[in-house]
Amino acid sequence: MAKTFELKDDSVVVVIGSGAGGGTLSNELAQRGINVVCLEAGPRLTLADIVNDNGTMFSRLSWLDKRIGSGDLNSTLPLWVCKTVGGTTVHWAGASLRFQEHEFRIRTTYGDIAGANLLDWPLTLQDLEPFYTRAEDKMGVTGTHDIPRLPGNNNFKVMAAGAKRVGYTQVHTGNMAINSQPRDDRPACHQIGFCMSGCAIGAKWSTLYTEIPKAEATGRFEIRPNSMVVKINHDDKGKATGVVYADQNGALHEQKARVVCVAGNSVETPRLLLNSESSKFPNGLANSSGQVGRNYLRHMTGTVYAIMPGRVNFDRGTQMAGIIKDESRHDPSRGFAGGYEIETLPGFGLAGVATNTIPGAWGAEYAKVIEMYDHFAGMWLVGEDLPQAGNGVTLHATEKDQHGMPVPVVHFKDHANDLAMRNHAYKAGTAIYQSLGATQVFELPPFPNTHNMGTCRQSQKPQDGVCNKYGQTHDIANLFISDGSQFTSGGAENPTLTIVALAIRQAEYLASQLSKNEM
Amino acid sequence: MKANAPSRRGFLRGTGFVAMGLATGGTIIFAPDYTWALSTTAIDAHTAQTLLVVARQLFPHDRLGDQYYAVIVDAVDKQAGGDPAVRKLLADGVARLDAARGIPWLQLSNGARNAVLKSMEGSEFFTTLRSATINNLYTNPLVYRFFGYEGSSVEHGGYINRGFDDIGWLPSS
Repeated sequence: MAKTFELKDDSVVVVIGSGAGGGTLSNELAQRGINVVCLEAGPRLTLADIVNDNGTMFSRLSWLDKRIGSGDLNSTLPLWVCKTVGGTTVHWAGASLRFQEHEFRIRTTYGDIAGANLLDWPLTLQDLEPFYTRAEDKMGVTGTHDIPRLPGNNNFKVMAAGAKRVGYTQVHTGNMAINSQPRDDRPACHQIGFCMSGCAIGAKWSTLYTEIPKAEATGRFEIRPNSMVVKINHDDKGKATGVVYADQNGALHEQKARVVCVAGNSVETPRLLLNSESSKFPNGLANSSGQVGRNYLRHMTGTVYAIMPGRVNFDRGTQMAGIIKDESRHDPSRGFAGGYEIETLPGFGLAGVATNTIPGAWGAEYAKVIEMYDHFAGMWLVGEDLPQAGNGVTLHATEKDQHGMPVPVVHFKDHANDLAMRNHAYKAGTAIYQSLGATQVFELPPFPNTHNMGTCRQSQKPQDGVCNKYGQTHDIANLFISDGSQFTSGGAENPTLTIVALAIRQAEYLASQLSKNEM
Repeated sequence: MKANAPSRRGFLRGTGFVAMGLATGGTIIFAPDYTWALSTTAIDAHTAQTLLVVARQLFPHDRLGDQYYAVIVDAVDKQAGGDPAVRKLLADGVARLDAARGIPWLQLSNGARNAVLKSMEGSEFFTTLRSATINNLYTNPLVYRFFGYEGSSVEHGGYINRGFDDIGWLPSS
């Protein structure tokens, strides 16, 4: 059934990236009768390639091409995202939360915060609600569409018991795109653990084994793995005409296109636009605003681990099926704008705990901490960070990757609001575990980012951002931003559900425009 | 290992290990009770021996025998075999350890060994050894059980019927 298209076929929509944004958009377009070529930089794995080993899967899935982090980021691995068919949906934990109403209107709600570059989205929660509903149905999100929530594992039970003691009330096993019962020809979760190393039985939604094969089954879709797009071409009128990509052997090809949709995650998407500079667009494509690569969001994050009075075995079972929502509200009386979620998070094996619990630590005392491994409980703190014009992605002046493309430099500095929120969240997490008699509590700094947003943001006015409320770039009508890069703000919630909802909405808009011959 | 003429055989002072130097520059180290042995090709007996004790000093677990720390030495020896810069880094690092107090580092008291390591914390030698120890000690499936880490579960059907929610000590309110 899988079709192939010719390079010179300029009737296809080219989608760059096959993750939550690109994989979903591809399938939604193909289902509407549109021919799609999806170019994915990474290889295509199968469930048989997914093993329960953190290190093996990190090497097998991660985007490890050189990136330079600066500011508060890890300098050599600023991001933890994937280079594989399915993109970061192979790695993601499955948490599928809707944004709150006020999170689409942060400039209006939070006011003008010094040092930040706040902007309201050009769309509202009400605009997105029907698409959230469709996304939840597509992904089989627990707690929606009469799908039962997952059962709580030990790590959740510890967090929930502590939450109750400190007075939190909105506590459950989350809205997870992980089957709690068989659905969509995929099995129910077996409580394997290792969700973030890829789900070996496919109980967790990933475009790798949902959207991609469904798109292939239409006969209108081709995925080309190991195809790294290095440039988007355009004509004299400033219309996108095709993309240049390097195949597995590094050979360059041009795929012609009627429409180009970019979904390479929030570093590769602006990197590609910037690298596509031309005499007509000397600052890169779709960058008349100068906003391409700016306002990079990564969420306020932090982790709390605790050594509990009894055994927990926090690796057992669904990794992130546990949430406390009480702190996700906007309540400036806490000393910061926006809110945060508290979610369960286990360790990543012994090596992960040894590396992360106290970075850089060693010696007899620390060895004793590691020896308490099966008594560890863990949670992740994830909240809204504020857009700042200086946080973002630029091209390195001299360093090039294996395809001759400039290496991306990713810069991020915490805003004072992010620091105040993280401090509050650490205290909240610590109190939860201490209420149960934790013997030691550890506040871990942020890991390399898995949530990446905002580098090509939506805006009402062309001068404030890169694309409109459909992800269509203000400058080039047949060029779309189709991933988390289009977020105008990050919300407190894990971003995947919103990426998927926006992709469905974009597909509907794009299909309608194409049928009216407006591309 | 090729049959090389032993150039030196001796009891490494202060550690109980027996080392046999090889003409190639490599070495074989035997456990005191000869239950395991480590052969190296790029690093000499003294370097190998010192690195093994450094690894244990960084993450000392009484529950683990030296054979698990020998895996770390084996890994850095292989790296050193392929990269002269690593070989030099290791040799120079051990030389610095030995020079710190005028007495070979291995012969120092436990507290003095730690103090010397502490003084080298920011060095490339130290961070290399620390990472190598974490990445070769704690990723060894043979050591998982000593820590209650259970490793791969998919082949056992996950934990759905094996205690994902079996916690028993939580208070009821």
